[in-house]
Amino acid sequence: MNDSVTLHDPTSETTPATRPRRPPPASLHGRTVALLDIGKHRSSEFLDHLAAGLHARGITTARFAKPTNAKPAATALLDDIAAGADVVAEALAD
Amino acid sequence: MAVVKDDCETCHLAIPVLAEILRAGHPLTVYWQDDGAFLGPDLAATATDDRSLEQSFHLDIHTVPTLIREEEDAETGRTEGWNRADWRDLTGLPALGDGLPAHRPGCGSRSVQPGIAESLRARHGDTGIRARTIEVASGADPVEACYDRGWTDGLPVVPPTPERILRMLGGTRRDRAEVIGRIPPAMAPCTVEKVAVNAVLAGCRPEYMPVVLAALEAALDPGFTLHGVTCSTCFSGPVVIVNGPVARRIGMNAGLNALGQGNRANATIGRAVNLVVRNVGGGRPGEIDRSTLGSPGKYTFCFAEDESDEEWTPLSVARGVPTGRSAVTVFAGDGIQGVTEQKARTPEELTRSLAMALAAVGHPKLCEWAPALLVLSPEHYAIYREAGWGRERITGALHEALLRPVAGAGGVAEGMPPSYRGPLIPKFHPGALLLVRAGGSAGLFSAIIAGWPGGRSFDESHPVTREIRE
Repeated sequence: MNDSVTLHDPTSETTPATRPRRPPPASLHGRTVALLDIGKHRSSEFLDHLAAGLHARGITTARFAKPTNAKPAATALLDDIAAGADVVAEALAD
Repeated sequence: MAVVKDDCETCHLAIPVLAEILRAGHPLTVYWQDDGAFLGPDLAATATDDRSLEQSFHLDIHTVPTLIREEEDAETGRTEGWNRADWRDLTGLPALGDGLPAHRPGCGSRSVQPGIAESLRARHGDTGIRARTIEVASGADPVEACYDRGWTDGLPVVPPTPERILRMLGGTRRDRAEVIGRIPPAMAPCTVEKVAVNAVLAGCRPEYMPVVLAALEAALDPGFTLHGVTCSTCFSGPVVIVNGPVARRIGMNAGLNALGQGNRANATIGRAVNLVVRNVGGGRPGEIDRSTLGSPGKYTFCFAEDESDEEWTPLSVARGVPTGRSAVTVFAGDGIQGVTEQKARTPEELTRSLAMALAAVGHPKLCEWAPALLVLSPEHYAIYREAGWGRERITGALHEALLRPVAGAGGVAEGMPPSYRGPLIPKFHPGALLLVRAGGSAGLFSAIIAGWPGGRSFDESHPVTREIRE
């Protein structure tokens, strides 16, 4: 007699694709650092300081911004960052 | 063949007729669904036990008695209930049932009774459920199996068996394959069926399904920003407020302890919404749900508005839903801040007093920060009602009472940007202070549910109201 109980999965039944993290570059020279303002208060202020420090060391930066921290970054923005920079620094907190 | 049950007067009427068919030399099998003794000695040899209802299911019996004619193992005709002409036609016996009335309606087959029908379909048929099947071995506890798979919010869940899912799907007319939206943070597509599976887990009754679906659709409105509500370091979860006839029909609580425990609809509708976010969207605490402290409302937070006073404009109506229609409003809210005000006797006094408490939302030093939901108890509301104040006037008066100059932060770290210096600053953005009536008849208490500050403007996350499609 088989009196097992059948259940149905309440989850999305999807498996996220996992990729190994790219190793950090040995040096930032010759590379572009994306500075992403995620929309939190004073993010830009923090990134201004970071940019100044990087520029003083001869490192190129590119600024990007999310319109709000409350929603995920749009795919187009992520594509722009991937196409225009090698490394990303995010200003996360207030 | 025929299918009958003892608990049916028309089946009793048909017994001598069935015996007559047998005497005429027709091969006959009589399936009985409850107690075969009533068939008597004439039919004893042909009576076949179908208490399991398996044959009734496979024969797709809806009514008893049903008489089916088979030729060469194929059905060539059937009739339901007692209809003398039809029975004569089907059997080819011109004098069948002489002396009986021409027509008697039959009774419902046990195989289509609510609850039984879904069980039979799960056991013997194709359930049509697309969600992955998991077999829990004999002797293992299905509740523990749900824990093991991470499907719960920490409380036990109702195991989502096919029977329960089918019953839950019976609570909505919507196609089970319909995608209601993508659930953040994983942005996973969510079908009506997945909602039903999670509604089973939560302990919902099928009639709650339209409310659960509407609440989820409201929460998926981009304006609500469910992604941020779920992943934020703040406290909030979706608070569901139900208006209209559906709230009464499914027995929701808008009275005593409306914001607390004890009512199945209140408890499980809110829980189902959160379980969908957890299980379909992947919004699990400690993972992408980064709430610093969380709040009890992240298990469930759902209640109905008290609409017993015709003078009061219900929340849904104030937000554009026609009077008399059912609706949900989702509000990204924290826990409850109780307001004890037992001395105010005039609407002006009460307004100033409530405003003092509302000033603490987020922090007293913060303005135009988080929204708030003020739940007015009947005794507090009575003070306004006696003075002729309705929703609009109360809301306006509260906004006015909450205007204040920014004059430093009282010795704590600065909370407002310098641009706020000078004029009177409102505590809440326009539209960010919601009023709801609920609670028991005694007690000069109201409750404030602080909202999620969201981004940095009210446009980035705000309450959403949706009419319920039933």
